[in-house]
Amino acid sequence: MFLIVASLAVFSVAALFAVLPAHRPVWCVRAGIFGACVGAAAGLLAAVQGLFGGSIESMRIPWSIPGGELHLGMDPLSAFFLLPITGLGLLGAVYGAGYQRGGDAKKLGVGWFHYNVLLASMVTVVTARNAILFLIAWEVMALSSFFLVTHEHDKPQVRAAGWIYLVATHLGTAFLLALFVILGEKAGSYEFSAFAKAGASLSPGLAVAAFAFTLIGFGTKAGFLPLHVWLPEAHPAAPSHVSALMSGVMIKTGIYGLIRLLACLGAPPAWWGWCLLAVGLLSGVMGVLLALSQRDIKRLLAYCSVENIGVISLGLGVGYLGLSRGSTTMAALGFAGALLHVLNHAIFKGLLFLGAGSVLHGTGTGDMDLLGGLYKRMPWTGTTFLIGAASICGLPPLNGFVSEFLIYFGAFSGVVSTSSAAVVSGLVVITGLALIGGIASATFAKAFGGIFLGEPRSDQALHAHEANGLMRWPMVALAACCVLIGFLAPLAVRAVLPAVGMIVPVSSDALDAGIAPAMEPLGWITAGCAAFAALVALLALLRLRLLSGRTVGETGTWDCGYARPTARMQYTASSFGQPLMAVFAGLLGTGGTGTAPRGIFPAKASHTSETPDPFRSRFYDPLFLRTLGLLALFRGAQHGRVQMYVLYVALTLIAFLIFSLG
Amino acid sequence: MTLFPIINFLLALVSAPLLLGVINKTKALFAGRRGQPVLQAYSDLWKLLHKGAVYSRTTTWVFRAGPVVGLACVLVAAALTPFGGAPALMGFSGDLLLLVYLFGVMRFFTVLAALDTGSAFEGMGASREVQFSALAEPAFLLGLAAVAHVTGSFSLSTMFPALDATDWSQAGPALLLVAAALFIVFLAENSRIPVDDPDTHLELTMIHEVMVLDHGGPDFAFILYGAALKLWVLGALLSGILLPVRTGFGVIDSAIAWAALVALAAAVGVVESSMARLRLLRVPRLLVGAVLLSGLAFVLLLR
Repeated sequence: MFLIVASLAVFSVAALFAVLPAHRPVWCVRAGIFGACVGAAAGLLAAVQGLFGGSIESMRIPWSIPGGELHLGMDPLSAFFLLPITGLGLLGAVYGAGYQRGGDAKKLGVGWFHYNVLLASMVTVVTARNAILFLIAWEVMALSSFFLVTHEHDKPQVRAAGWIYLVATHLGTAFLLALFVILGEKAGSYEFSAFAKAGASLSPGLAVAAFAFTLIGFGTKAGFLPLHVWLPEAHPAAPSHVSALMSGVMIKTGIYGLIRLLACLGAPPAWWGWCLLAVGLLSGVMGVLLALSQRDIKRLLAYCSVENIGVISLGLGVGYLGLSRGSTTMAALGFAGALLHVLNHAIFKGLLFLGAGSVLHGTGTGDMDLLGGLYKRMPWTGTTFLIGAASICGLPPLNGFVSEFLIYFGAFSGVVSTSSAAVVSGLVVITGLALIGGIASATFAKAFGGIFLGEPRSDQALHAHEANGLMRWPMVALAACCVLIGFLAPLAVRAVLPAVGMIVPVSSDALDAGIAPAMEPLGWITAGCAAFAALVALLALLRLRLLSGRTVGETGTWDCGYARPTARMQYTASSFGQPLMAVFAGLLGTGGTGTAPRGIFPAKASHTSETPDPFRSRFYDPLFLRTLGLLALFRGAQHGRVQMYVLYVALTLIAFLIFSLG
Repeated sequence: MTLFPIINFLLALVSAPLLLGVINKTKALFAGRRGQPVLQAYSDLWKLLHKGAVYSRTTTWVFRAGPVVGLACVLVAAALTPFGGAPALMGFSGDLLLLVYLFGVMRFFTVLAALDTGSAFEGMGASREVQFSALAEPAFLLGLAAVAHVTGSFSLSTMFPALDATDWSQAGPALLLVAAALFIVFLAENSRIPVDDPDTHLELTMIHEVMVLDHGGPDFAFILYGAALKLWVLGALLSGILLPVRTGFGVIDSAIAWAALVALAAAVGVVESSMARLRLLRVPRLLVGAVLLSGLAFVLLLR
């Protein structure tokens, strides 16, 4: 616990230093960055200790807030979520130092204040054991990330994005508030341990409501479809190291909350699992399709987070179905896959957002149709981005494959069982993951190919420059993690098991026996990956050997006899994705504007295509417009005269008085 | 007995290019030509391996890595493929996932190598490749899942040796549907008619051929050999479902499986000679059809 408290203290001090009114604001910024690094490193140590030390610790300090207590605790589940928060927090701070080098120090200081506050609040969220403390940390997390999103508040689209985020996160919190009131009323206390006792004895109606509120409240933060609309707006608007932190770890606090609170609601019935499978399938498939349709790299990555949250939800669904069926194997595999994917997604999504930041930094644009050929100009960013892209598609021998393999494995163990329900759930997961994987490959071939390969499509891309050293190393470290977890799959799964043990209520021996069917295959996968790597090396040597001493020429790309191909004739990222989007046109509603070429000698023609979020344009926008119209009726009461407001307060109080007396 | 996995693996390595020859010979027969020798693919490989290379100035190492990574993937996949009732070199629960995802890696790198040239033609081919494979992958995995359900195991090396005539008598209609779905996947993944046309030199209609337009020399030899081996691997799985003959003698089983693969190659030749390539817009429907066939097989199995 000492390390957690120390890291919280360092974050707080660093936050204050960052905004200190000093003569040399640059030093304040440096203090803010340094503090974020030190605090995150302390938190990282605490996480490693909590995960492998095996002890469950807690710290309680009385607090004057009714029902509240400063109760922090550490168990393997908290430690597991703390790992990506502090790890990516540390790397993000280093990257941010390079990314914002030479900016306006005063404005940056405010940014680093919020960065430290965000880290501190996330650490508190995953260690809080009291609902009031949890909610306060949750709110601080939402607000500090809101201020980070609106860092460049001079741009109107950034302000709009921040506004959407603020509304969405508070709607989600409202559901959490209702959930905590339900549980708190029943338990008579706002301690999570009391919730766990009370949750099992809820009446059936309330239990359904509690599950729905948990799913909606935490699902809004996690980005479950259709509650995801804030995500593609807010994440691209933030500075890239903040996008990495938000998309990589902040949305995972939603998953943490979901797991923590569902554990308080008693033995999981099968329909929880089915619900999560449905949510996961919808989020996964729609998320990846919308990712494929984007032109802006950061929007693409944000939608891809929705997809990965869907994959995590599929894993959780398999896990809860396994629990309800009493199959420890299915439960252990589902939860281990989901949790490992939480960590993996933090690693590769963090890496890809940092890479996208380097592209923005080096070219000034994130529009993939204007980029191209950056690999030769930015080899470090390009190589690490390629590793991240291959990992996120779940390709072996990288880390994304390991977590998806576990979820698949859980699904297949359902398919070969005799229970029809288990077979059907397995089929849903297999079909979903296969489809998601295929489309994700297309999406990231488009992203990497469009940005880094071919010839530059614009002047910005032609004059791109490589990321500086401070930005480079965090990307290299994350790429190394992708490779390491991929090759050390059995060890990674062993590291996740203590956290899985917090969700699956069996002894650690039973849990080991449950996961055992997957351990030998994981060893084989490591062997297969090693064989693959060795073969690649051998074949590469063979190729070099064959070509040595022969003529190896260089020329332009063969364009079927066309003499003067230009960069504009290349397939753009948008045209690359179009055929696959056309298959799913009914779901996406892609629209285009422009003038088609007409006549024998056509004049200028143009075409712009755009895929607005179907949920936003077809559901939320009409809904909020209607609500706005309804609320306009009350506008007459809002006139800015203070004495009238005092009258409203007095009238309300009198009404309450009469109500309570009568 | 333990030698069979190694012998079968070597058999795959040696006789995979033969399948290309059988397909071409069948097509020539239908067209009334004498056609290339059956062993033409071997001569082509030999010739290509002795050539130099020319690279586009636009390309990076990604272009050069494409064929190497692709061949490495398909070699590991071949080591996972059981043949003629014997297990594969490597077999474990969930190996079918590694197999499917290794083909995914191969495709990813082929596509990136194509995009690396900056050519509009290759971009077009790559774009179609990812479109079709995104639909073929669910069909492939669902088909394998159906076989897994029938045999009660999800390791290729247990599933395929366990299949026999009794499975066909009990779950015949379902297995037939699975075989039909996997045949479509087999044609699509190996870039054959009706999805792709390996012979045409009109770039606008090609998919796989156009993606490798810029490769030459040893690189192209790797691609050609990788394609032949992929045909072998997917063909071995398909014929393993269609003709699970178990005599009890490993040699005879292997010989029958080998003959079945040659017959499958001839069948591909018949398909290619007797029908035209589908319009590109129609191909997704065919692949979705394959997904539905696999799904239907499950409905039969679960009823």
